[in-house]
Amino acid sequence: MTMPPFLDEMYGPCTLEDFAARRASSQVRSPYRHIDEWLQSTDPAVFASKREEADLIFRRVGITFNVYGDQAGTERLIPFDIIPRVLAADEWSRLATGLVQRVKALNMFLHDIYHGQEAVRAGVVPEAHLLHNSLFRPEMKGVDLPGNVYVNIAGIDIVRVEEGSFYVLEDNLRTPSGVSYMLQNRAVMMRLFPQVFAKARVAPIDHYCQELLRSLRSVAPTSTEGEPTVVVMTPGPYNSAYFEHTFLAEQMGVELAEGQDLFVRDNAVYMRTTMGPRRVHVIYRRVDDDSLDPLAFRPDSMLGVPGLLSVYRNGGVTLANAIGTGVADDKSSYPYVPDLIQFYLGEKPILSNVPTYRCARDEDRSYVLEHLPELVVKQTQGSGGYGMLIGPRSTKEEQMKFRALILARPDGYIAQPTLALSSCPTFVEEGIAPRHIDLRPFILTGTHGSVVVPGGLTRVALTRGSLVVNSSQGGGTKDTWVLRP
Amino acid sequence: MLSRTAENLYWTGRYMERAENLARVLDVSHRNALLGLSGASPESEWRDAVASLGNPPQFADPEHRLDEVEVTRFFTVDGDSTWSIKFCVRAARENARALRAVISTEMWESLNTTWLALRDLDESGLRSRGLREFFDWVKDRSHLFRGVTHGTTLHNDAFHFLRLGTFLERADGTARLLDTKYQALADMDAEAPGATYYAWGAVLRQASAFRAYHQTYHDVITPPRVAELLLLRPEMPRSLRFCANQVSEHLDALASTRDLEAQRLAGELHAQLRFARIDRVLARGLHDFLGNVTERLAQLSTQLAQDFLMTV
Repeated sequence: MTMPPFLDEMYGPCTLEDFAARRASSQVRSPYRHIDEWLQSTDPAVFASKREEADLIFRRVGITFNVYGDQAGTERLIPFDIIPRVLAADEWSRLATGLVQRVKALNMFLHDIYHGQEAVRAGVVPEAHLLHNSLFRPEMKGVDLPGNVYVNIAGIDIVRVEEGSFYVLEDNLRTPSGVSYMLQNRAVMMRLFPQVFAKARVAPIDHYCQELLRSLRSVAPTSTEGEPTVVVMTPGPYNSAYFEHTFLAEQMGVELAEGQDLFVRDNAVYMRTTMGPRRVHVIYRRVDDDSLDPLAFRPDSMLGVPGLLSVYRNGGVTLANAIGTGVADDKSSYPYVPDLIQFYLGEKPILSNVPTYRCARDEDRSYVLEHLPELVVKQTQGSGGYGMLIGPRSTKEEQMKFRALILARPDGYIAQPTLALSSCPTFVEEGIAPRHIDLRPFILTGTHGSVVVPGGLTRVALTRGSLVVNSSQGGGTKDTWVLRP
Repeated sequence: MLSRTAENLYWTGRYMERAENLARVLDVSHRNALLGLSGASPESEWRDAVASLGNPPQFADPEHRLDEVEVTRFFTVDGDSTWSIKFCVRAARENARALRAVISTEMWESLNTTWLALRDLDESGLRSRGLREFFDWVKDRSHLFRGVTHGTTLHNDAFHFLRLGTFLERADGTARLLDTKYQALADMDAEAPGATYYAWGAVLRQASAFRAYHQTYHDVITPPRVAELLLLRPEMPRSLRFCANQVSEHLDALASTRDLEAQRLAGELHAQLRFARIDRVLARGLHDFLGNVTERLAQLSTQLAQDFLMTV
């Protein structure tokens, strides 16, 4: 099958077929100048041995993840590719400004949803959208949070289709993961290839965990006396992102707590320590809303802390991210975000959305059903690349299945045109080939505002022509270089 | 430190020590059965072994005839038994899994490697490998873990909790071993001159104390001295006194400026062992004395739970 042309981040517009010719010409986009030199001047045998070394480092450090539905307790490595993805300083600065703008509006949207609902009254978002959204948390109505920060940590998925245009593919405002890979990928690259680093003048990202701690401490309850105590809360060692939880706790120098380590007394949360109970002020929780408090949400959950919600609502503890942020990041809210930016900030959105068809709307739905072979269909509340249809790569049966699914529950699905994601040269079995990538930068917000460390997690679809970058679906990662101005 | 972390450390230490203790008891029982030294019947050797390993309910029926194959399987490779070496190593490893950020990589790797080698071992694998070789291997893995712990991790609170588990478990094992054997062997003295040597020699071997005995007493093996060595000698690393001393020291380190009830209990136990004389202990009855020690050890575990908010 002949693939449509796409933008290669290194060599510019190309196709799978003419990539080799482009590579031979050695005409590269300027941010990749040093990468090109490095690729040209390094003995292929060196790359082979460095790739093995990288694998070993990841395995030894134990950077693994657990796959849902896989054999219990299986630990796997996410494939790491040694050719970095590079962004020029000006590309990044536009992107970072757009990300901060978007997160600011999303935080205001969340505050509004749980307070006056002005966006509804102004007709920017239909009321039904909130009422019928299972991610809307009535418990959060009227609750005031320090600095009105709902989303302390956001992971916004970005793709690029052509020169100069970034699209937001998805907002992750609940418990976005992947930042430990961003940091570890950098550590491994600096260790393996120090020379090219020095030449390329890459902006550092190591201060991420310091910034994270700063944001978390800034939102401690106003009643906090003395230094606030922060903990990372994990569902436990069997969670797919457990490595990341331990990593972040370690880097920030705070405790990694499970639900059973925390308890509620006198409108405050404490952790059980060997020196007695210790008050906890801020919980960076990597546990779903539903599992936080068995008294308030799922009674069968063993992961939570009984009574936590009531302390939280009374301002005795801060949760990061807040409860109920899912209502702003599910795929049915996504189409409204550009209008929300305009509404709350009076600014034009710097980053565009991918055009999105809402199957709940009659007009959109009939378009979607007629064009299934061209579109990507996603569940509004799904994640991780599960339960989606990629039109151009789907069979007739799959399309029939999705047609039935959409008709049965139109508000459960959206559709988008199949984007030709940009690619980046990647080591694969036959040598260096273009593979499609996306980018997840992490935006940290505290009472002092938002910060984006210059970088993010670049995910790469390792299968030829594939557009699915999720690690659970065979995706890999790359180091992401933002060049200094 | 989070109490759960302390708990995980404590149980890692305890389970690894328990695995070693199981290997020791079974190893010596097999040698004895081989030599036919158990007096009345081979079954009594296994009865003793089961008793000194804590009398699991599965073997409680006195009518149940014990045989080597059943007992060995139950305490070694039986994946369903919570009394097996396999279970202990898995439990040690599962506890350590939650400690990846606390313990050294070498400690984790040592435990993980032990578990991976044991995971798929079944009865026929055990038999073809050879029991003696297997027990030596378990002891080696335990020694290795202990050494790696000493040499690669910070000697801070984490270390102290791990060692608390180790020494409480070891004290328990030694107390039970002595209690079982002393009664069983008390009547043998007169029967044959060699019998004491072999029977008590086996007890000493179980505690890695055979050579230590000769270095300490330079004399033939007599039951009171064996009891003294395993109860009261401060330089003997598996003696009750040694264990109590260690428990006490680690607790002092953990308490820092606090005054904990567990410290008092441990200090009291240590004092009792430090100032006891073996002739008095034997005159009043070793069984009662050991019963009292075991009770204090149990109290101490309960107190740890209260002082450090653990569930042990």
